[in-house]
Amino acid sequence: MSGADTLSPPRSRDPYRLGSRRDTGGGGHGGGHQDEATGHGEGGPASPRVIVGYGFWIFLLSDIIMVAAFFAAYAVLARNTAGGPSGRDLFELDRVAIETGCLLLSSFTCGLSNVAADARHKLWTEAGLLATGLLGAAFLLLELQEFAGMIAQGAGPDRSAFLSAFFALVGCHGLHVFAGLLWLGTMMAQVWVKGWQPHIVRRLLCFNLFWHALDIIWVALFTVVYLIGSGA
Amino acid sequence: MLGKLSWDAIPWDQPIPLIAGGIVGLILLGVIAWIVVRGYLPYLWREWITSVDHKRIGVMYTLLGLVMLLRGFVDAIMMRSQQALAFQAGGYLPPEHYNQVFSAHGVIMIFFGAMPVVIGLMNFVVPLQLGIRDVAFPTLNSVSFWLTAAGALLVNISLVVGELARTGWLPYPPLSEVSYSPGVGPDYYVWALQISGIGTLMSGINLVTTILKMRAPGMGYFRMPMFCWAALTSNLLIVAAFPILTATLAMLTLDRYLGFHFFTNEAGGNMMMFENLIWAWDHPEVYILLLPALGIFSEVISCFSGKPLFGYRSMVLATLWICLNGFMTWLHHFFTMGAGPGVNTAFGISTALISVATGVKVFNYIFTMYGGTIRYTTPMLWAIGFLVAFVIGGMTGVLLAVPPADFQLHNSLFLVAHFHNVIIGSTVFGAFAGLTFWFPKAFGFKLDERWGQRAFWFTFAGLWATFLSLYMAGLLGMTRRMQHYDVPEWRPWVLLVRAGTVVIFLGVACQVIQLVVSIRNRHALRDETGEPWDGRSLEWSTASPPPVFNFAFMPNVENEEPYWTIKQRAVETQNLAQEPDYGPIHMPRNSPTGFIYAFFATFVVFAWRDKHEYEIPAEEVARLDRERRTARQAWLRESAVRLGESA
Repeated sequence: MSGADTLSPPRSRDPYRLGSRRDTGGGGHGGGHQDEATGHGEGGPASPRVIVGYGFWIFLLSDIIMVAAFFAAYAVLARNTAGGPSGRDLFELDRVAIETGCLLLSSFTCGLSNVAADARHKLWTEAGLLATGLLGAAFLLLELQEFAGMIAQGAGPDRSAFLSAFFALVGCHGLHVFAGLLWLGTMMAQVWVKGWQPHIVRRLLCFNLFWHALDIIWVALFTVVYLIGSGA
Repeated sequence: MLGKLSWDAIPWDQPIPLIAGGIVGLILLGVIAWIVVRGYLPYLWREWITSVDHKRIGVMYTLLGLVMLLRGFVDAIMMRSQQALAFQAGGYLPPEHYNQVFSAHGVIMIFFGAMPVVIGLMNFVVPLQLGIRDVAFPTLNSVSFWLTAAGALLVNISLVVGELARTGWLPYPPLSEVSYSPGVGPDYYVWALQISGIGTLMSGINLVTTILKMRAPGMGYFRMPMFCWAALTSNLLIVAAFPILTATLAMLTLDRYLGFHFFTNEAGGNMMMFENLIWAWDHPEVYILLLPALGIFSEVISCFSGKPLFGYRSMVLATLWICLNGFMTWLHHFFTMGAGPGVNTAFGISTALISVATGVKVFNYIFTMYGGTIRYTTPMLWAIGFLVAFVIGGMTGVLLAVPPADFQLHNSLFLVAHFHNVIIGSTVFGAFAGLTFWFPKAFGFKLDERWGQRAFWFTFAGLWATFLSLYMAGLLGMTRRMQHYDVPEWRPWVLLVRAGTVVIFLGVACQVIQLVVSIRNRHALRDETGEPWDGRSLEWSTASPPPVFNFAFMPNVENEEPYWTIKQRAVETQNLAQEPDYGPIHMPRNSPTGFIYAFFATFVVFAWRDKHEYEIPAEEVARLDRERRTARQAWLRESAVRLGESA
């Protein structure tokens, strides 16, 4: 029997009143919630915006699990300094405070660019993204400076297990910021050249989610690595 | 630029890998030459390599997996032959080659054999069962597949150019660190798994999103077929577990390449952390492979018993329990670590709890069959074989879950026998059941029954000959991965194992013959109705093979067995439902993104593509669907005659 056969029964045959949507054909894949179904997807495939956003959330969760593995490794190895320097000897909280400020502020400007994008205002969107990118780049520069300084003091990742875990965890976050900057550049170019096509708007949404997730991870990192580490 | 790669990487002094590599290379070249000469290359590129159709990607995944299962089976035969010869002797495989072979066997069987087959089946079946036209992210799906293929290629190349890890299929440090494995073996391992692991992760994200956000109208969670529940839980585990693998392999890579100290002996590294991390991924991995197989058996047993699945909701709960609990048992892989009785007891209990959920499932299968009209087709045989194998393998698992017993059996062949008994009995039997069950859906003709049943009986008998003997050798104290041994008591069991592999080989041969015979007799085995088994879920409502858009009209789901309801209504009224107004359908365009990304890692370029979909005009949709309706009308008339006769 065809999919069409399933259309034939009247709604009363549906005891839970879930399948009340009549597809008038041509919906492509992903037709949208056009009915009064109770949610949870009973109303047929969700709209592309929902699907893309949802999929990206799942990706972010998986990414957070990956970072969690690095956090766990850091927690296991944090005291294994092998006679080398510990966090108290190495961390400069002033620099880290500025880094934190840059990143938190960049999240704010990223949010502003999203407001502008919702209003379909190209110039302000680009300005917000540019500010986000500059702040992100400043954060990365400060982090690289910190890394270079530590390696110059002989406190590189090959010195001890503690430093290995530190460089891997902080570096993993830094790599994400770097990837985010590349993505940001691409998005600025695409918004400029292609304007407000639906898939560009969806990508902007995903970029926003990504950038804020980086911020959340940094807050945990700042607390667990730098604040606790420089006190211990 | 080539780093450590030079002519010395090819093992000129070892004839076995060289000859094997040469033969495989010649076959590959021959196939490619045949494709080019016959002019199939443009077709392959257009219709398969760049395809983003979930059905084609599913078929390609499955094909890759089957080839790799054969490849891993060759390793198994090599190992068992070595052990049969190496009683107080050297055998024919030198130790460094033997070690690579057992590493390759595990890596290939799990990552590039079982995983692709399982993911391929989920890819093919899930959207059809959900009544939708494609997965959530079709192009990403293609990227996932080609990343997996690239990883498989890398592992196979490594056995000829350079070497594969000699560390076992999980490269435990410090053995896998640079100081003890200075060669390129673990590097090949790490890169191949990292690449294919990312592919698997993306595939998991894709299917989770598909199942949670893209079901046919009316299909609430408790109306999804069991296989979709199984696919959902399996992919949730992928999303939750594979990032841990990525992180762990990244740490090992940093240790090896940049002198980090995550897992080293010196400078405060902690090698047991590797064990914890890798098993925190790999134990869920076991359930990633098991759950889809259980889903397949749910479909097969219900279909061939002619009854709805017994205890659908308890099945869902048991599946979710396995999904959750599977994440809390990883430590039972190393009770001998010395975590103390408290930790060991906790993990022993959590391990035993898993068997409660699997027990629920086994009883539900049996109650589904009870009182049913059972048809002993090939898929059903695999399913019944699974019940036997899984119960016995499961019981040895409960035995191993008791820490004091585990201290005795750890790393023995008893353990090896246990997990082979379970994995072959569930995942491999499930894969074969699924393949025979859905093959007619994918290609429009059934597989040959006689050869299928022969394959089952040989494999089933071989399974017991091999693994009961391994249990015995393990109880006699034989440890795993021995290149040679001197204990005469083990010898008869080792020879029996060897004989068992020969019987399994006959089963494999029957499978290959089955495929060849079926393709040759495809006209006789053709199924016009799209429904060869008297099925119950939505994938049987469309044509075989399904048109690119799967369903001309999106089905409207009213209960747990939507297609069964539709069919009964049609048979009662002797009428197909009224022909709908066909409309145009938008489908995603094919794209070389996946292929090129996997091999050259260039992603940004494809972000500039503007047209992502193409339109199939309403007339074309109508033409394709009317063909199917004609065949169905004929089937309906026949069924009326049959009903009349039986009445």
